[in-house]
Amino acid sequence: MRTKIEVRSLTKSFESDKGRLPVVEEVSFSVRDGEFVAIVGPSGCGKTTLMNMMAGFVRPDAGAVIIDGTPRSKPDSKGILISQQGSVFPWLTVRENLMFGLNGHAQANSSIADEYAEMVGLKGFEESYPYELSGGMLKRAELARALVVKPEILYMDEPFSALDALMSLRMRNELLRILAKERHTVMLITHDVEEAIHLADRILVLSPRPTRIQATFDVTFPHPRRLSSREAQELRVAILRELGVDHEGLAPI
Amino acid sequence: MHRIKDTWPPLAVIAALIVTWWVAVITTRSMIFPTPWGVVSGVLELLKDGTLWRHIGASLMRVGTGFGLAVCVAVPLGLWMGWVRRAYETLNPVFQILRPISPIAWIPIAILWFGVGDASPIYLIFISSVFPMIVQTTAGVHTIEKRFLRAAENFGVSRRTRFKQVVIPAVLPQVLVGMRIGLGVAWLVVVAAEMIALRSGLGYMIMDSRNAGNRYDLVIAGMIIIGLIGLFLDGLMRMLERAKWVRWRYAH
Repeated sequence: MRTKIEVRSLTKSFESDKGRLPVVEEVSFSVRDGEFVAIVGPSGCGKTTLMNMMAGFVRPDAGAVIIDGTPRSKPDSKGILISQQGSVFPWLTVRENLMFGLNGHAQANSSIADEYAEMVGLKGFEESYPYELSGGMLKRAELARALVVKPEILYMDEPFSALDALMSLRMRNELLRILAKERHTVMLITHDVEEAIHLADRILVLSPRPTRIQATFDVTFPHPRRLSSREAQELRVAILRELGVDHEGLAPI
Repeated sequence: MHRIKDTWPPLAVIAALIVTWWVAVITTRSMIFPTPWGVVSGVLELLKDGTLWRHIGASLMRVGTGFGLAVCVAVPLGLWMGWVRRAYETLNPVFQILRPISPIAWIPIAILWFGVGDASPIYLIFISSVFPMIVQTTAGVHTIEKRFLRAAENFGVSRRTRFKQVVIPAVLPQVLVGMRIGLGVAWLVVVAAEMIALRSGLGYMIMDSRNAGNRYDLVIAGMIIIGLIGLFLDGLMRMLERAKWVRWRYAH
């Protein structure tokens, strides 16, 4: 399959009181069209900075992000970022939020918006304001707002980590269901190794700061995946070992 | 039921104050200071000949005009200063110097420029309420959460859409806070301004009652009416905070 995203020796450092703080160092990898790539790494390692550079919000010091063969310099609606805190506009209804990124006639937009609201299970809540929704529903709205503009790439930065364990699991299944229907290229940042194994085709493990790619794992077993299977457990142990958590003392789920 | 529970303590305090006042006036046998009943009969007298409404109307008209003009200037200017860094850097120091100048200090200049008609108090109200509203609006733009601006940037919407659907609604609650402060200041200032000149308004009524025969019952009546109208105006602004387009800010 053809290459969708090419990350070429991306490097970034920030100025701090103690001088230059290198955050991302010479990270290179590529993502195929329609591939689901998860990035795991220790907290504070620069995952979010890497994601922000890929989505075009932060300019790298060196290196480039090449999408469909063209270097990217700023964000656009071909790749939508979904962040941990979420960015559903609290002053707009669910429907108005979904219509936000759409061009064209209000009438047509409205019916497209409702169609996507239904797809993520928000039928009947189109007129609701975000403060009337639960955390899980808010995530659904966020996801629908991203999907409605038909992005080619989804950048997801710890999208479900603010949810409780059960809701997070539910949202993962929802995401897989939607992705089976609308094929997107997905970049997912997570600190949850199981989430990565559940969702991704490939898992990149990042090192502590300044971050680089420390290991890569292909996740080959088919969906729907059983996280309690032997191969999933083995993969989990291998990834955790890369992250510096020893196998000893790891209880199987 | 809840309402009664919530409102009785302040009512009790007010009742206690009135009783204390009454007892104090009677025991000191003051010839000038009126009893609460004296104030009530003074108000009834003013109501009967219609002057009270004329004074209230005059004060409200001046506040309405001065405050309205201030909103028209402060909101666009505040948005501009919040959005354009250079505008903020250029204008903010000037406003920070003008802001702490008491409106009372402007009175001589107001009279010099505008005479003793309605324009002077309107100008004073304008000058005193415009700065808090500029400051609040600017702060409102500055505190828009970055994640929302990023989302707008990500979806690649036009400047117009971004302003209409992100910036304005995000800033609106802060604008309302500024308007509430501004209106409070405006009401405070109109009375002070009317004490100096003019032939109408609650401030004029207070000074005139004292000068024309020590009518302290009407002085106190004026003070209480000013307080009640201030409370009413603040209540109006608070009702705006419950409006549909800012409810998100206060809902939890």
